[in-house]
Amino acid sequence: MNNKISRITKRYSEDPARLLDVLHDIHSLKGYVDDDDVEQLAIELVLSEATINEVISFYHFFSKTPVGKFSIYLNNSITACFRGREAVKRALEESCGTTFGSVSEDGLFGLFDTSCIGMNDQEPAAIINGLVFTKLTAFRVKELVKGLKEGKPVSELIYEGTGGGNNADKDIQSMVQNNIRKGMLLLNRDYHKFEVLRKELKQHSPLEVIQIVEDSNLRGRGGAGFPTGIKWRFGRRVDGKHRVIICNADEGEPGTFKDRVMLTEFPELVFEGMVIAAYATAADIGLLYLRYEYKYLLRFLNRILGEMRTEGLLGKNAAGIKDFNFDIRIQLGAGAYICGEESALIESLEGKRGEPRDKPPFPVEKGYLNYPTIVNNVETLASAVKIIKHGAAWYKGFGVKDSLGTKLLSVSGDCRFPGIYEVEWGTSIREVIEMCGAEDVQAIQVGGPSGVLIGLKDIDNLGASNLMKWYKPSGMMVAQKFYDRKLSYSDLPTGGSIIIFDKRRDLLQDVVMNFMDFFIEESCGSCSTCRNLPSVMKQKLQKIIGGHGVRQDIDDLLSWGKMIKVSRCGLGQTAANPIVSSILNFRDLYEGHVQAMTDFDNEFDLEKSVQAANNFVGRKSVFHQN
Amino acid sequence: MSKKIIATTSLAGCFGCHMSFLDIDERILKLVELVEFDKSPINDIKVFTRPVDIGIIEGGCCNSENIEVLKSFRENCKVLVSLGECAIMGGLPALRNGIPIEECLREAYLDGPTVSENKEQVLPNDPELPMLLDKVFPCHEIVKVDYFLPGCAPDADLIWNALVALVTGNEMELPYEVVKFD
Repeated sequence: MNNKISRITKRYSEDPARLLDVLHDIHSLKGYVDDDDVEQLAIELVLSEATINEVISFYHFFSKTPVGKFSIYLNNSITACFRGREAVKRALEESCGTTFGSVSEDGLFGLFDTSCIGMNDQEPAAIINGLVFTKLTAFRVKELVKGLKEGKPVSELIYEGTGGGNNADKDIQSMVQNNIRKGMLLLNRDYHKFEVLRKELKQHSPLEVIQIVEDSNLRGRGGAGFPTGIKWRFGRRVDGKHRVIICNADEGEPGTFKDRVMLTEFPELVFEGMVIAAYATAADIGLLYLRYEYKYLLRFLNRILGEMRTEGLLGKNAAGIKDFNFDIRIQLGAGAYICGEESALIESLEGKRGEPRDKPPFPVEKGYLNYPTIVNNVETLASAVKIIKHGAAWYKGFGVKDSLGTKLLSVSGDCRFPGIYEVEWGTSIREVIEMCGAEDVQAIQVGGPSGVLIGLKDIDNLGASNLMKWYKPSGMMVAQKFYDRKLSYSDLPTGGSIIIFDKRRDLLQDVVMNFMDFFIEESCGSCSTCRNLPSVMKQKLQKIIGGHGVRQDIDDLLSWGKMIKVSRCGLGQTAANPIVSSILNFRDLYEGHVQAMTDFDNEFDLEKSVQAANNFVGRKSVFHQN
Repeated sequence: MSKKIIATTSLAGCFGCHMSFLDIDERILKLVELVEFDKSPINDIKVFTRPVDIGIIEGGCCNSENIEVLKSFRENCKVLVSLGECAIMGGLPALRNGIPIEECLREAYLDGPTVSENKEQVLPNDPELPMLLDKVFPCHEIVKVDYFLPGCAPDADLIWNALVALVTGNEMELPYEVVKFD
């Protein structure tokens, strides 16, 4: 028995639901988890070794083998590729003396790819031993690696000093930039910390709070848009020994980084929102699920929670309200896109693989440890604070009919001013383009890879209309020129990721392929549709791009896109969207690649195919023409 | 109405699909009223003698002869149907696809535990033999295939319903019982 490991499991009361924390601590201790550790954990946490191994293999940032004294995870999102990722990658391989996916011989450096780390406005970015390094260039990484080899601490190597705002806080000390370009209701300096908890909240009964939120028509900001007030009301109705409020800060959709900025600049607002939600729903357990990529914020956020406890805003009789007991714990994720899906997130919070659950029951009935659980997005909770502060009627003054209030957009890609823009719902794509200074726009990805790729084309005139009717992610069918399409739940719903591509970009080769790689990498593997179809569809796309495609291939892609809709969770169901939405809106690009004169091309080469066997048995390849 | 012409073949398959075809039992009398057979193991006609309406393929492609036969089916048949797991997915023969062909041949003819009488280490290389492909291919990766009837082997009712639909031009009856595999 290894005492160090025992000390770690005791730290979490040998609770199997805290497996992620235990594994994180072992990683901090020695960099990876080996078979002996797993054996010991199995005994102390009363789990099977297989269960622990499958958890370790599920998350990007856990490993059974050493990942190097310095483990470098280089983001491979589309924007990083556009901003010179390839050169950075080569420079890293050269100076570290190893290739991506492996560890250098001296055990010093491990190089790994990783999916979007929420820095799309300052790419290429990498995580080195939990710290974020942005705007990398070949020159910078050479300097960086040199510094590491000389034994300088990782934290001293942030070359441009810390980023603005709270990024310079003593507990963050990060070079990440906020890039707040436009604020309105949430990103507003006229915010007095915890004022609502101290004043307004006590003036309302919990049911009144729910009523106000319902009246404001606040809808979930993660992308799905479920009415928040109704969710709270449901959650309150369900009986349970405990009730749980979860704040979902696992923004894994490539291109979003709004939660990162909210948690850096306005963490009090988010926590305040959690307390309000808890008060309204009589919850006693609060959990914030922070994606691993934002680990550098952890100490800072915990400090604020500590301050809240000191001030009596958390804990027993929280916010001075009698018999209202509520506290918040931050759970660090470990790198998995799927954990942004609420039921997968709950699984992950329970220390398991983040595989989505079957629904029903929904989390409001049976969520975290089977208690009624309300999962809200960072932005939703922050909005609730403003609504309680100023009232539902005030809030309704912003936005459009079915989509009230504001939305934080994470704008990146080919534009002069990438960053966070808080806009009213109903803002048109034209306005977004003007705001961020984009020119020569060819296409815009709204809502990240799982959203839609829209372009200049009028999309209602395209063929295959029956298929399109069947395959209808909300918003895809609205026939308007894209400039005039409006961000709203009925026209263009979005979690806030906006990636702009100008005319230099090859949409199929660069963009769609990159997005498909993302879905292939991030599928949790539970449903065969989402596990297999993205790979098969990517092969087909490759065939088309390679000049071997036929018209049937395009139709196949569309009809296979239907099949993926039987996947269990929303993320799996949208895994074909990059291909399907690019066919619907950019069919010309596909038709330009496929062969007009033939209806079948298999790329099969008989001569090549018999070569190996013939060589081995020692005979010549002879082909008879008949 | 003139009778539709049918052709069938078994490529890299086990003839199980053809056996299942024969499981249509007494309906074979009805079948004779509906169709005529051209090239098929059922009547032992070896070459196409006329244009065929429906070609039914059992098995995938593991060698050059399979490819040739399949291509001749595509050329001679208006409609091509992949019948059963091997034709559609490669099936059991495709289990070798993860293993290099050299290793397969070595195991089969040189090193395998059941190889006892190949002292001269002879490998099958007679020019008369079909040439082995590096992988086993499903039929639709070689030629365009119009319809797929899944199963191992497909249920006789599935084959019958499909044939009737193809011959009469009506929609196919597809009750759950004929496509469930548990």
